[in-house]
Amino acid sequence: MKEVKSQASQPGAPRKQGGLNAEIQARIGHQLRAMYDDVVRQGVPDRFADLVRKLDEPGAQGGGDTDKNNNGRD
Amino acid sequence: MPLTDQLRDDILASVPSLRAFAISLSGNGDRADDLVQETLLRAIANIDSFQPGSNLPAWLFTILRNLFRSDYRKRRREVEDSEGNYAKTLKTQPSQSAHLEFEEFRVALDKLPQDQREALILVGASGFSYEDAAAICGCAVGTIKSRVNRARSKLSALLYVDGAEDFGPDNTVRAVIGGNG
Repeated sequence: MKEVKSQASQPGAPRKQGGLNAEIQARIGHQLRAMYDDVVRQGVPDRFADLVRKLDEPGAQGGGDTDKNNNGRD
Repeated sequence: MPLTDQLRDDILASVPSLRAFAISLSGNGDRADDLVQETLLRAIANIDSFQPGSNLPAWLFTILRNLFRSDYRKRRREVEDSEGNYAKTLKTQPSQSAHLEFEEFRVALDKLPQDQREALILVGASGFSYEDAAAICGCAVGTIKSRVNRARSKLSALLYVDGAEDFGPDNTVRAVIGGNG
């Protein structure tokens, strides 16, 4: 089945119908998304929520020195 | 632009897909989360360079991808270790047969060249357009299309056509399942 690989490797040459079985491609797409979505469904782990929240506070490393600090001027 | 509450929320909203992308790239849950953490730190430290109104997920994915590639050059990933670690990151363990099919897919994905794997994931799983994927990978749209096509043909060859020789479930997957208890 080396021909399949070399045919499909040509840029701009759609071989989905001729060289590759559409059913197999659908299955690959499904598995890829299933694998990916398994992780997406886990949501945001606490460590990242904490990280982004803390870095938003003035005085924290990076990103803290915003115009919020100007409140005391008037 | 400054780190507004809205922007912070938007960054957090991208974390689930950033993790999925990182795990797909690295095949290792622990390293993936380190990559995500580093991505968030870099993004927030460089938030001034983010163009308001532009594609925030694409910007974050670009940072993560570049971090992964520089990390990858330093240390080669340990493929033998990756499947087990990946399985551990899943909350729900699939049934035995689904698990086996899942591991077969994971192993096959690992066999793709890195360029092809990331293109396929960006377009096929993350849902980016070819144009966005090209911007993330710093290459032409045609290059992304070609990589995705090659990735699909190779996966189909590994999994469904001539996989019996160099990708035997009897050997590879049994070793993975067995090694994982």
